[in-house]
Amino acid sequence: MEKIIKLRKGLDIKIEGVPDHSLNAPTVAYRDYAVKPVDFYGLRPKLAVAAQDRVQAGSVLFYDKENPQVTVSSPVSGTIKEIVYGERRCIREIRIEADEQIEYKQFDPISPEKFTAQNVKERLLEAGLWPYIRRRPYDIPADPEVRPRSIHVSAFDTAPLAPDLDIVVHGQENFFQAGIDALKTLVDGKLYLGVHRTKTASKIYNECKNVEIRVFEGPHPCGNVGIQIHHVQPINKGETVWYVHPQDVVIMGRLFLKGIYDATKIVSIGGSELLHTGYHKVLAGLNVKYLLKENLKESETSPRVISGNVLTGRSIGVSGYLGAYDHGISVIPEGDRFRFMGWLTPGFNLYSYSHTFFAWLFRQRRYRMDTNVNGGERAFVLTGQFEKVLPMDIYPMQLIKACMCKDMEKMEDLGIYEVSPEDFALCEYIDASKTEIQRIIREGLEWVRKEVE
Amino acid sequence: MLRNFLDRIKPRFEKGGKLHFLHSTFEAFESFLYVPDKVTVSGSHIRDALDMKRTMITVVVALLPCFLFGIYNTGLMHYAALGEVKDFWPVFWYGCTKVLPMLIVSYAVGLGIEFIFAQIRGHEVNEGFLVSGFLIPLICPPDVPLWMIAVATAFAVVIGKEVFGGTGMNIWNPALLARAFLFFAYPSRMSGDAVWVADAVSGPTALSAMASHAEAVPSVSDLFWGLIPGSVGETSKFCILLGAAILLWSGIGNFRIMFSVVVGGTLMAWIGRLTGSTDATVLQHLLSGGFLFGAVFMATDPVTSAQTNCGKWIFGFLTGLMAVLIRIYNPAYQEGMMLAILLMNTFAPLIDYLVVNRNVNKRRKRLRSVQVQVVNA
Repeated sequence: MEKIIKLRKGLDIKIEGVPDHSLNAPTVAYRDYAVKPVDFYGLRPKLAVAAQDRVQAGSVLFYDKENPQVTVSSPVSGTIKEIVYGERRCIREIRIEADEQIEYKQFDPISPEKFTAQNVKERLLEAGLWPYIRRRPYDIPADPEVRPRSIHVSAFDTAPLAPDLDIVVHGQENFFQAGIDALKTLVDGKLYLGVHRTKTASKIYNECKNVEIRVFEGPHPCGNVGIQIHHVQPINKGETVWYVHPQDVVIMGRLFLKGIYDATKIVSIGGSELLHTGYHKVLAGLNVKYLLKENLKESETSPRVISGNVLTGRSIGVSGYLGAYDHGISVIPEGDRFRFMGWLTPGFNLYSYSHTFFAWLFRQRRYRMDTNVNGGERAFVLTGQFEKVLPMDIYPMQLIKACMCKDMEKMEDLGIYEVSPEDFALCEYIDASKTEIQRIIREGLEWVRKEVE
Repeated sequence: MLRNFLDRIKPRFEKGGKLHFLHSTFEAFESFLYVPDKVTVSGSHIRDALDMKRTMITVVVALLPCFLFGIYNTGLMHYAALGEVKDFWPVFWYGCTKVLPMLIVSYAVGLGIEFIFAQIRGHEVNEGFLVSGFLIPLICPPDVPLWMIAVATAFAVVIGKEVFGGTGMNIWNPALLARAFLFFAYPSRMSGDAVWVADAVSGPTALSAMASHAEAVPSVSDLFWGLIPGSVGETSKFCILLGAAILLWSGIGNFRIMFSVVVGGTLMAWIGRLTGSTDATVLQHLLSGGFLFGAVFMATDPVTSAQTNCGKWIFGFLTGLMAVLIRIYNPAYQEGMMLAILLMNTFAPLIDYLVVNRNVNKRRKRLRSVQVQVVNA
């Protein structure tokens, strides 16, 4: 057994509604799908289709203006129903009405022994799967012209209500291995697979070949790929590291072995507002209304439906679409209510990382947490709090302040290249000053990217 | 009902309303009554239940044992000096008549200024002063005229805090700054050689007794339980430790600073004893004056102490060291805690700078070694 990388810092938020292990197959025909160009942060989308066009699963929907070979394709076959624009004509959603029987665009299968950097890259670009490889620094889709230092795959997700990644790849050994083999050709260095000492039980990960396995242990954000990269080999200025979600590795594997873009995904659905939590076998970009139908609890508060986890996901509403990089849906109550004398009440039902509410008396309990900010925005007063939940050799407060004042040199010195907004999600969660830290980090990264490039 | 009333008058304070210029004040009162209904828009969808108000109130709760005991002790010292023995309630009542006005003046003046500044800046009112305003009466002797407290509080809030940009931006601990102001502006009133115990009667403090090698140093148990003259909140070490326990358990106070202050103080007291510079034992040094109170409630101020964890160790250690150093070797000041903390507050950014710089240098070195590899390859 290898050395275990043990992380002490972090926090597993005790939120109600952890997805149970049931796997559900579709009961009705799912027809409503969408691809959201806004999910692919960092691409400048240019449409390749128009409304009413017919598409196959694997047909290109849009491409990147700056780098036209990077494309995104349709997960289903059907008709483009509508293209939804947002502010300043940004393309928000490309809605597709799916056929009952999915029609796949055929690519030539490639067998694993014939993988070369050239044909793997071409096939991924052609089939529109390239943007599922993302890069650090900056946390944006990878640039096909660059060879990365290393590629990282995190085989477990520690975020609250996140899917168990053992379940989502279950039975997909061949495809996962093929995907890994293909990715390996794209890198000169190593391909690292981060597994959890106790949570990762699946042989798919533990007996995966062609990878360097690194064993981790600890609370969230231990499963974040950024934290793992930091502990395996931190990113220096000028270096590029790629990372891919295990489920996307499986989809890539299917592309190579079967020659089709089969966007079948297992997504988890969890949260306190659901009657039945669990896992669903769906295609990417599904409208979540199918999964929420007759599944929402009766409640005075309206539900907030989040594509992704409660720390980093995006609010999509009850009939929104699953995000491109998301593998789970969380449903929690909205918190638009006033709480009387919040500073005075004992707070038996208020979860806090600190012991300032008497909820700490009940250690085993899980809490129905809502979206209330729980206070007004203030100047930074408390110190030493962020350090408790960021297991990195980085001074979070100092880095956040450097990002706020856009001091390029300080940001580089304090490690901006090693972080992404999701790594700071817990800092944002526990911040008593209620600062929007993920936004600050994202703006900081964007600013550095503009300065460097 | 209250909520309905607030909802009804709210539009007047919003943009375009007649009373818009008072919106900070309204927000302060509304959020005092209710946690706002604001929901998360960007980033994390859930947020911890802890906010700034709860944080500050937790510190005030931690101060309550000291405060209540301080009230009782003030009355006790008064009657003891007059040679009278009274029941608990008259003693407590007398203490209330002395201490509560101090608290009211400190809050009224300080919060008044805070509200005005928040209004001018268009900010929301910060809660920081809830703690500072509670600390000010606790670190003053009970006989300080109320107008002096008012002047000192105004000085501390305006010069110590608002000129730097308000809560979170200040360099020195505002409560200590208020005391320092009194100390230098009206030295005869603060604990010098003699301290007020009752009207027209004064006696030596434990520290001045120590400094003059007098025999009348209170016993260790008196020092610990706090039945001695001194500033309102600092006398009972038992109550201070109780407060420390609340702060540490709730996760608001910082263990690193508290611990390292005590270590620094112990070391210096031990050195002083070894070299014969002080007659007091190490324990007497730790238990007398404002040492522990400062260690638990003043040095741990997250804004003015060092902000990095490593810096906190250094900050605390030097504060403790400095406090006892001043006590032993500077005959003009029997109490060194206040000056030690203010001095270290001044140096805290430097400590942080050095600590952070180590991290920065590590990162630069790593980058250089990678670049060298690339060149060699």
